[in-house]
Amino acid sequence: MTTDILDRPDAAAADEQQVLVTLTVADQLCGVPVLAVRDILGEQTITRIPLAPPEIAGSLNLRGRIVTAIDLRRRLHLPPAPPNQPRMSVVAEQGGELYALLVDQVSEVLSLEAAQFERNPPTLEKTWAAFSTGIYRLDGRLLVVLDVSKLLALAEEG
Amino acid sequence: MDDLLSDFLTETNESLAELDVALVTLERTPDDAETLSGIFRLVHTIKGTCGFLGLPRLEHVAHAGENVLGKLRDRTLAVTPAIVSLVLAAIDRIKAIVGALAATGVEPPGDDSELIAALNAAAAGEAAPAPRPQPETAAAPEPAPVAAEPPPPPPEAKAPAAEKPAEPAAANAPQAAQTIRVTVDVLEDLMTLVSELVLTRNQLMQLARTQDNSPFTVPLQRLSHITSDLQEGVMKTRMQPIGNAWNKLPRLVRDLSHEMGKKIELTMLGADTELDRQVLEMIKDPLTHMVRNSGDHGLETPAQRRDAGKPETGNIVLNAFHEGGHIILEISDDGRGLPVDRIRAKALASGLATEAELAAMTDGQIERFIFRAGFSTATTVSAVSGRGVGMDVVKTNIEKIGGTIDLKSTPGQGTTFIVKIPLTLAIVSALIVEAAKERFAIPQISVVELVRALRDQGNGAGSAGESLIERINDTPVLRLRNRLLPLVSLAELLKLGVEDTADGAAHIVVAQVGQHMMGIIVDRVFDTEEIVVKPVAPILRHVTMFSGNTILGDGSVIMILDPNGIARGTGAGAGSESKLLQGARIDTQTSADQTAMLLFRAGGSQRMGVPLGLVARLEDIPREKIEFSCGATVTQYRGKLMPLIAIDGGTGSDKPTQPLLVFADGERIMGLMVDEIIDVVDDKLDIELAGSRPGLLGTAVIGGAATDVLDTGYWLTQAWQDWFRNVPRQGASADQKHVLMVDDSDFFRQLMVPILGAAGFRVTAVGSAAEALRLREAGKKFDAIVSDIEMPNMDGLKFARTLRSGGAWADIPLIALTAHDGIEHAEAGRDAGFTDYVAKFEREALVASLRNSLSQLVPA
Repeated sequence: MTTDILDRPDAAAADEQQVLVTLTVADQLCGVPVLAVRDILGEQTITRIPLAPPEIAGSLNLRGRIVTAIDLRRRLHLPPAPPNQPRMSVVAEQGGELYALLVDQVSEVLSLEAAQFERNPPTLEKTWAAFSTGIYRLDGRLLVVLDVSKLLALAEEG
Repeated sequence: MDDLLSDFLTETNESLAELDVALVTLERTPDDAETLSGIFRLVHTIKGTCGFLGLPRLEHVAHAGENVLGKLRDRTLAVTPAIVSLVLAAIDRIKAIVGALAATGVEPPGDDSELIAALNAAAAGEAAPAPRPQPETAAAPEPAPVAAEPPPPPPEAKAPAAEKPAEPAAANAPQAAQTIRVTVDVLEDLMTLVSELVLTRNQLMQLARTQDNSPFTVPLQRLSHITSDLQEGVMKTRMQPIGNAWNKLPRLVRDLSHEMGKKIELTMLGADTELDRQVLEMIKDPLTHMVRNSGDHGLETPAQRRDAGKPETGNIVLNAFHEGGHIILEISDDGRGLPVDRIRAKALASGLATEAELAAMTDGQIERFIFRAGFSTATTVSAVSGRGVGMDVVKTNIEKIGGTIDLKSTPGQGTTFIVKIPLTLAIVSALIVEAAKERFAIPQISVVELVRALRDQGNGAGSAGESLIERINDTPVLRLRNRLLPLVSLAELLKLGVEDTADGAAHIVVAQVGQHMMGIIVDRVFDTEEIVVKPVAPILRHVTMFSGNTILGDGSVIMILDPNGIARGTGAGAGSESKLLQGARIDTQTSADQTAMLLFRAGGSQRMGVPLGLVARLEDIPREKIEFSCGATVTQYRGKLMPLIAIDGGTGSDKPTQPLLVFADGERIMGLMVDEIIDVVDDKLDIELAGSRPGLLGTAVIGGAATDVLDTGYWLTQAWQDWFRNVPRQGASADQKHVLMVDDSDFFRQLMVPILGAAGFRVTAVGSAAEALRLREAGKKFDAIVSDIEMPNMDGLKFARTLRSGGAWADIPLIALTAHDGIEHAEAGRDAGFTDYVAKFEREALVASLRNSLSQLVPA
């Protein structure tokens, strides 16, 4: 597995450490690079956008800017969140636009060693593999590193 | 001091500051053509403006300076430090005069003849003697520091103004404080901050409401009012009626008419059209240029007008209006039109195009040469115009704000320039409505009226005076003042998942979309609000129902409905009458058969259609792949260069990708740039209204909505003048007459059927002479036949001979279509029995020939 890591041209191998914001979606622990995150929001009023793709939860107002909210559960083809469950948002910027990823819970910021990093197991479900750059082995849990730009690349997929 | 003068001073001071920097740059990089033309334009503008303000001293100095700069730009003079110093001296003199002007309101007396002589000598190519600085300018400081907002006039001039307020300069002192230029970014930031403030205020108010007798109540009230005022104020800072940019024009036109000895009447329409301040600033100068051009080049002298049988007084009309999220500005004159021949000659002479290229261009393309840098057809350089800085500056400035410019010119009847400027920053007034518990904004501009109506309940007659929503097979309609208004339910349209609440009254927002009216059913109508339109996120752009989104005063995000999109989405735009017409019209053979039509939007928000069979492919290319070559837009497509044509003449929107319809025939391909591809529908192609615009065949009802049908032939020739040579042929027609068209090319059959249909013929098209003969054997009757010459197996000549040799069709008018227009071909055709011989791309000639042949047939 070590060779795998060294083979990886991008991501963790090059840097000693990666700093991730950890979050939970449908009980799965995930992480996004802290530098990709602009804001973490608590529960927000979200305006539904009719006729929009199902992944789009709506739009919200972040200090005067309109942010498009993407439901991460839907994006990852997970079952919808139970009603009334409060959701948190991770705000990221792409192409000058702000997007909010709706997640169940945002937990903490972790600094992780490259040695703990592994690429996606080939058996990982396609929907996950498409959005993940790799996995960190934590004590007792696995953390999936999400690729924010791919998550936000809804437009290109049409 | 009048407004014009103070505007001029602000402007000129800015220009002068730029000039200093630019000239120094020029000295370092004498070959930089861009810097040079920038300098030239600045001086030209100064000269042009002061000419109209009656500032002879300034004008003369600027004129002489401009002459030198013109020579530099044309490379007839080399940029040397001596010349740059000379030009700088001229600029310093201008500064001194402007400084004095600002202080006293009049040009100071003084003699510039030495400087002007030096400039003229330099322009004539003589060694430039350094002019002795005039005492007045001697004190002028080195190039003014650029950082200062209005570059300070020489301190000398300023000081007396401050110290001696009794002088006429006193009037000027407060003036300087009256206007200040602020970047839009600052206003944007203010706007965002104010929105935040409003939110916070609202939250505070909410808190305060829960507490009785809170000591905060009163201060909060005040805070609330101040916040509202502040919000309003910030909004206001950005909008101005376009009339502000027109203030100068009446005087300009008046002076112009005196100077040129012409009689000119200026009409200004839509002066209260509001547009963003920055946009306004940017179009002021182009507008002035264009009006000046219209007066100078466009309009004839009274004598010429009389000879042409026109009233002596020429008209210049300015018209501004909103259209589909844009502001359209039209500047038209009823003068002589653009001199296409002279433009062609000039383009050739200045090397902008070769003779072959020019030969391949339409008049419209040639006319657009006037937008090129350094292009002017005026044979003499006048103080008014003719130096070739006119239209290219105009175009550059308009494109800088994301606008487009186009022109229409009819020889002898005048020229119209059409400027289209986007409204992206604009604040619009919108009606806030609710459907299925969700709120939406509808731009007030398209709302005609609001009607309260009862929802249909078991078809019971509505109580007197109450309108009732009735249904025709589930389609809601409303009787409104003896007309039937088509309705759409917002909740259904947007799939909000809730049925129209069955009980109670609904509100109907009557909206105007183009020429059509439509009613939008909503549950509630709130207030109107001024909203700042923000574009929707890129991933939502395909939802055409929305034109943007916005944040309301209470902080919630709401979507802005686009009535055009709604009309398209429902087909309500066409109205009921045209549908009836469509039903009444019967069997128009091929042209009434179901045709797969590709629907798209282009040239603004028009809905357009083209037979799908004509389109080779649909592409979406990244905008950066669009390239410019020889003044044409092209892209690399499958290893070749493909010409790109835009329907509105521009290069499309600023979206990251550009949808294209690719037309291909043999080796030739072209891409037609459209705004958006909507759909493909099967419908009858019945052109109801013949098109008056080039490029459109007319209007048809397709998919239930009025759709402009593209004249593919027109656009093909825009890309390839000779498109129709070496290509196959087409078929027949009749004027409710029935025409048979024989052509082996699918492409041309597809092309010609709508064209002939538009001309009033019924068309049957077949792909070979053999098929045509089978129709004859089957006993079909036609009024005329249009046939290709070059076809496989039986060619057109043989076909003609076969027909003429006897049988049911022996006497039918037979028209040949060919790409060869040689006389011998025509002879051969006549010998074979063709009645007439028409070149393939001459569609009008074909229609004329058909009419002609058919009228001979019918005894008068």
